[in-house]
Amino acid sequence: MSNEQKNGISRRTLIKGAGAAAGLAAASSIVPSRFAYGAAHMKKTPVKIGILLPYSGTYAMLGNSITDAMKLRIAGAGDMLGGRPVEYVAIDSEMSVPKAPQNTSKLVDKDQVDFLVGPVHSGIAAAMAKIVGGREKPIMIVPNAGSNAVTGSLCAPNIFRTSFSNWQPAYPGGTQMAKDGHKTCVTIAWKYAAGRQMMDAGAEAFTKAGGQVIKDIEVPFPDVEFQAFLSEIAALKPDAVFAFFSGGGATKFLKDYAAAGLKSIPLYGPGFLTEGVEQAAGEAAEGVRTTLHYSADLDNPSNLAFRDAFEKATGRVANVFAVQGYDAGSLIVQAMAAVQGDTGATADIIKAMENANFIDSPRGPWKMSKAHNPIQNIYLREVLNGAQDYIGIAAEALEDPATGCKMV
Amino acid sequence: MDFSTFLIQLLNSVQYGFLLFLVASGLTLVFGIMGIINLAHGAFYMFGAYVVWWLVGYTESLTLSILLGVPLIMVLGYAIERLAIARLYERDHLYQVLLTYGLILILNECQKIFWGSNFYSVPIPEALSGSIPLTENQVYPIYRVFISIVCMLIAAGMYLLIQKTRLGMTIRAGASNREMVQALGIDISRVFAIVFSLGAALAGFAGMIGAPISSVYPGMGDQILIISFVVVVIGGIGSIKGAFIGAMLIGLADTFGKVLVPDFASMAVYATMAVVLLWRPQGLFGQPVH
Amino acid sequence: MYRTSLALNLTLIAAIVVLAVLPPFLGIYYGNLVTRMMILGIFAMSLDLLIGFTGLVSFGHAAFFGLSGYMLAILMMDVDSASIYWVLPACLAATALASAVIGWFSVRTSGIYFIMITLAFAQMLFYFFNENTALGGSDGMFIFNKPTLAIGSWNPIDLEDHHTFYYVVLVSLALSYLGLRRLLNAPFGMVIQGVRTNENRTRALGFATRRYKLVSFVIAGTLAGFAGFLEAMHSSIISPAHLGWHESGNAMMTVILGGMGTLHGPVIGAFAFGFLHDWLQEVTEHTTLYMGIFVIAVVLFLPRGIAGLPADVMRLLRRRAPDEEDPGA
Repeated sequence: MSNEQKNGISRRTLIKGAGAAAGLAAASSIVPSRFAYGAAHMKKTPVKIGILLPYSGTYAMLGNSITDAMKLRIAGAGDMLGGRPVEYVAIDSEMSVPKAPQNTSKLVDKDQVDFLVGPVHSGIAAAMAKIVGGREKPIMIVPNAGSNAVTGSLCAPNIFRTSFSNWQPAYPGGTQMAKDGHKTCVTIAWKYAAGRQMMDAGAEAFTKAGGQVIKDIEVPFPDVEFQAFLSEIAALKPDAVFAFFSGGGATKFLKDYAAAGLKSIPLYGPGFLTEGVEQAAGEAAEGVRTTLHYSADLDNPSNLAFRDAFEKATGRVANVFAVQGYDAGSLIVQAMAAVQGDTGATADIIKAMENANFIDSPRGPWKMSKAHNPIQNIYLREVLNGAQDYIGIAAEALEDPATGCKMV
Repeated sequence: MDFSTFLIQLLNSVQYGFLLFLVASGLTLVFGIMGIINLAHGAFYMFGAYVVWWLVGYTESLTLSILLGVPLIMVLGYAIERLAIARLYERDHLYQVLLTYGLILILNECQKIFWGSNFYSVPIPEALSGSIPLTENQVYPIYRVFISIVCMLIAAGMYLLIQKTRLGMTIRAGASNREMVQALGIDISRVFAIVFSLGAALAGFAGMIGAPISSVYPGMGDQILIISFVVVVIGGIGSIKGAFIGAMLIGLADTFGKVLVPDFASMAVYATMAVVLLWRPQGLFGQPVH
Repeated sequence: MYRTSLALNLTLIAAIVVLAVLPPFLGIYYGNLVTRMMILGIFAMSLDLLIGFTGLVSFGHAAFFGLSGYMLAILMMDVDSASIYWVLPACLAATALASAVIGWFSVRTSGIYFIMITLAFAQMLFYFFNENTALGGSDGMFIFNKPTLAIGSWNPIDLEDHHTFYYVVLVSLALSYLGLRRLLNAPFGMVIQGVRTNENRTRALGFATRRYKLVSFVIAGTLAGFAGFLEAMHSSIISPAHLGWHESGNAMMTVILGGMGTLHGPVIGAFAFGFLHDWLQEVTEHTTLYMGIFVIAVVLFLPRGIAGLPADVMRLLRRRAPDEEDPGA
């Protein structure tokens, strides 16, 4: 039996916290009159959080990490949101874009969720944003999908992101490569939207810092047969390689790269290249330098506490996806506290979310940009003895350019 | 591309071809002899990889784990044939396709239930972990060479089994004329059960021996499935020789497609198949369709 | 010859009536769900023309479904509104052309080779859209506004309205069904059904069977394109996954499990899968496990699909009472 199984998401978990009464009493004394209207009735009904994440297939690990960490954060707040209990409605996205409009409609129209958390896949994010964008309810929180468009051309007042834009973790990687003294590089990534956006950002930074991209290799998605490309890289002899793959593909790429004897050419990339695959890739990941908005060994008390709590609750080691889920939970907890549980006060919730405080996020302090994307530190990490080793800050308080966003 | 790079890419093509053959051989066997389009083949491949990862955790030996794991997959295949597929021989082939599609869904979910959704890795055995230098900065892992040798042995073994043994004779006879074989007093349904479990075992074995280089992750079977079908169809259904040539052809098309026409690399494999089928509608070594 | 019993005809009419009075009771979500099931029903029926009536098992049918959606997205890319009177014909023409080209190559093969070559062409189209950054790449494209039925300032039917769109799809479903029925009873339909039963004999009778197969392929492809057009309008999004092999496989499954060669069976299949999936999402975490078990159960116990269930039950009842029904046995 896997750990996921034991801690498996339950479709409808209605948590009635023991502290409900206490919370209510404490809250009522400071409730402004606007919120007090119908409050007695509202306090009993749960706040609904809809979740659309993959729980099957290649990206199930991401879905589980995000969900568990978000629930952990909300459980840490006594399983109460602004004095109301919480109900989760989770749907397996199956990573299917064709099913996405239907799944979103189910959460939004049928279950009438107050918050919609998801997804992992950027195509699904677009489908969700299309449905949610113009509405009063729900507030959508993207805990992973990195497409620049989500907080760019698709940005909307009720769409927030607690993860990253593809541009963010990739851009400082390019700078770092040049800083480390490399003059030429080859970029290699899957030929799909996320890969393209990350490679473009990395190449942009590297060129700006005086480097030269001698070849841009695009691997058909989700092909994992890298041998032909590795021979090409060996023949081109670049100073460094800048790569983006994730999950099973990343593991295989790292192993093949090492097995081909290419470790003499330093490997860089957005942190997903080595995130959650350090164990599986083993020796092959050693020395790979990546940039990401999180590093497992960040030495701040909230990170240590979070990692400890996550492992205790799930039996698994926390990763960046869990952190993104945790902060999504944090965002909801703070916003609901600010409006005293009044899920109808959309404008106030949005305002509270825009000003939410992430001083004690496991990834270090960050805040929401005008486009509703994190302004966050990007860290430089290196894999050392099968774990991420924090080297330093690659870019401080980095803000996505939010190209095409009308709110900026 | 200079000559040495060309040679290295050729080596990559052949190596990839061997891997493809390993997976496709079991598929073409079941395909050709039983007439079953086994969509669950990729799921058996994935199960093989997970089983070997799971066993390595206890035995700490890849060889031992494969020796234990292959019979497990074989039993699984045998059970599935007896319980489900055996009931469908009289029906349209489409129902068998659908049944195996249902099996994918079930096996994928079972994988999630048994082993969770993390990525795992299986270490390369110590004795095979070295590598051979190719150029000044590229080496070739010995384990990949080892896989190629194993593939050649399997190819030879299958040829001998089908052409030279009594079981092989029965299998061939059963494929071309079922009633006749039954009239001779041979229990053809048992033979079919053996063939199906053999096919499953081959897929599982491919997953096991490939696990150290491919790593183990959910959904790995789906990726290999379609490409294996392409190989089998190019070679001609049921032809082991065809599967071998088809695998090499796809290895070449894929590798050189990626290097020479990177913008169309993803289509190279399918374009190759389309061209072959337009030239020979029954595949390279298939029986003409009536 | 495609004939249906009186009982079936009455049932189908009743089903249409039920679907027509249903919307007010459905709510937005179930309204959406039924709309989508009807669209997938049209799509599955178009595939049934190939699998069930022409004997051509296409494993790339979603290509036409998705292609039409992309065509719509491309046409609507830079305009605020467009008239359906030219957008729809353009989308159908694109799919007809694509299916003519793919069909011309594919009908040269048969059996499993036909399955695989249709898959190959569909995969090529999939990769074309998946890697084309100008068309949104793997993320797909939006259809921001639906095309309108307006003539000048007069807009007879507002497609943006959920209920209205529901009825448009319902009428489309009914017309597609009746159209296919007519086609199957026309001389052309007789010939393709002859191809399915015995291609050699049909050819010996002097019919250029390959040409008939190609025409059938184009009709099916175009109807799939029509379904894709409706789907793209309905969900406002189109992605490479819409024409991937998973969707083609799902369509095939819908046709076979619903009951191939029946026309109405695939529609039943689309509804059965849609509602089963919807229900499983609510009650279990292991949706795919139970979907798999359902598929296998239907294959094993309902040899003629869900549509054959009434007849199977009748036969079972008769077998229970052999004395009355079949005294000679």
